[in-house]
Order: sequence, then C-alpha cells, then structure tokens
Amino acid sequence: MFRNLNNIQNKKTDNIQNRQKAAYFGVFTALALIFSYLETLIPIHFGIPGAKLGLANLLIVIFLYKRNTIDALFLSVLRIFLSGFLFGNLFSILYSLSGGMLSLAVMAVLKKSGNFSVTGVSVAGGVSHNLGQLLVAMAILETYHTGYYFPVLVAAGVLTGFLIGLTANEVLKRLEGFHI
Amino acid sequence: MKRNDWILIVLLLLTAAGGFTFLAIQDEPKSGRVEVWVGGELWGTYSLEEDIVVDIDGTNRLMIRNNQADMIWADCPDKLCVRQKPVSKDRESIICLPNQIVISIVGGEENELDGVAN
Repeated sequence: MFRNLNNIQNKKTDNIQNRQKAAYFGVFTALALIFSYLETLIPIHFGIPGAKLGLANLLIVIFLYKRNTIDALFLSVLRIFLSGFLFGNLFSILYSLSGGMLSLAVMAVLKKSGNFSVTGVSVAGGVSHNLGQLLVAMAILETYHTGYYFPVLVAAGVLTGFLIGLTANEVLKRLEGFHI
Repeated sequence: MKRNDWILIVLLLLTAAGGFTFLAIQDEPKSGRVEVWVGGELWGTYSLEEDIVVDIDGTNRLMIRNNQADMIWADCPDKLCVRQKPVSKDRESIICLPNQIVISIVGGEENELDGVAN
C-alpha cells in the first residue's frame, strides 16, 4: 500500500518533469527560430559573404550543457528545418544541416572529454560548423576551388564561436540550479 | 576559460594563418590568355598581362590593358562589341557577330560562382 503510493507519487513528479521539459523544448525552439529570423533581418557581417554570428547556436550550446546531446540534436534539426522552410530554401537547409550536425558532433565529443570549457567547445563548434558547410559546398559545386575559403572560414568560426561561447558561459552561470 | 581553450583557439588561428600564407604564396598572378577567334578558327592568343593593341584583320581593334581586354574599334555599323564592357575573368567573352570575331578569356581570374548560403 505504502509502496504503491510512493510509486504514484514518483510517476506524478516524473510526469510534471516531462511536461516541464516539453515546455522548455518549445520555448527553446521558438527562441532559436526568433534568433534565426533576427539574423536574416540584421545580418552581422564580418566582411565575408555568408558569414554570420550564428545566434541560434547559442541555444544549442546551452541545451547541450543543460540537457544532453540527443536533446540538443533534436533542437538543432528542428530549428534548421523550420527556419530553412521559413527563411531559406532547400539548399540552405542542406548547408545548415551539414554544418549543424558536424558542429554538434564535435561539441558533444569535446564536452564529454572534459578538457574544455564552454567557450572552447563553442569555438570548436563554430569552426566545424563552417567546415561542414564548406565540405557540402565542395560536393555540390563539384569544385575544390571553394577550398580557398578554408582559412577565412576557420578564422570566422573561431571569432563567432568565441563570442557565442562567452555569451553561453554567462547565461549558463545564471541558469545554474535551474532545470530546463 | 581553461588553458586548453586558449590552446585550441591559438591552434585554430595558426591553422587559418597558415592557410592564408599558403594561399598568398601560391597566389601568383594568374595570367589569363586572350583568345581571338575569327570565323571559328583560332586567330591569335595574347597574354592579359602585356598591354597591347591588336588589329584583327583590319575590321576590329582589340586593346589589352590593366589585365582587361576591350574592343576599342570595329567597322561594323552597330558597334555592340565596342560598347561592351572590358572582359577579364575566365570564360568571359566579347563577340562581334558581323565580323564573326570572338574574343574570350581563358584561365584568367576565376569567374564568381553561383551559390546559396543563408
């Protein structure tokens, strides 16, 4: 009888937690979309065509740290498809997807290794994001000439990853003890 | 931030710098050729580097200057080729239909590729 009651109680809290998680997932998806939209409105140019801050990645990094890799993966894929259909086209989805997946994989590995802080993980994510896109560009355009872009993209990835990482670090500090 | 972060950042920046220097060293002036075709046959080839004025069969005059090829005179009435802007990039061309003259750039500065990324 007692055990049973306990079980019910547990299930209840489980349920609440799940609901809360689902709600936060929605909030983060919405935020990621807003950030994607913001970037189409105010492109932050670094003098390089196509380079942008990648504000939405801020949320991916935060999700990676506050939840887990799988949840961050879901958020990333969902965001890419939604923002791709809203503001981009099939090609931009393909580019974003390759960059996003590679970046997430690298970030997850580096985070797991425990040798890097949020900023380092984010920098690696930024660079691998750009490299993923470059690889797809090479495959689609069937040319190695896009390789000329390599140094620019690495430098841009370091810069944007650094900025996103610093921001993510600050946000994570303030989200401590807060379950999302 | 950890020490490893800085090491990673420095390594990546060095990679980028290495890439830049590699490109800078490799980046010899990509001398394009100017091919002149008359009536479907190769009439002459000139370097984009040297400044020269070429008289093509007395019907057209081609000027190569500042790595650009420009038709400066033609005896045809419409002078469309003369009005066309100078060409300098790979596969760009000036065509004079009445005199069957085609001027095309081969292997010059690369033409901008179409691509999408947003």
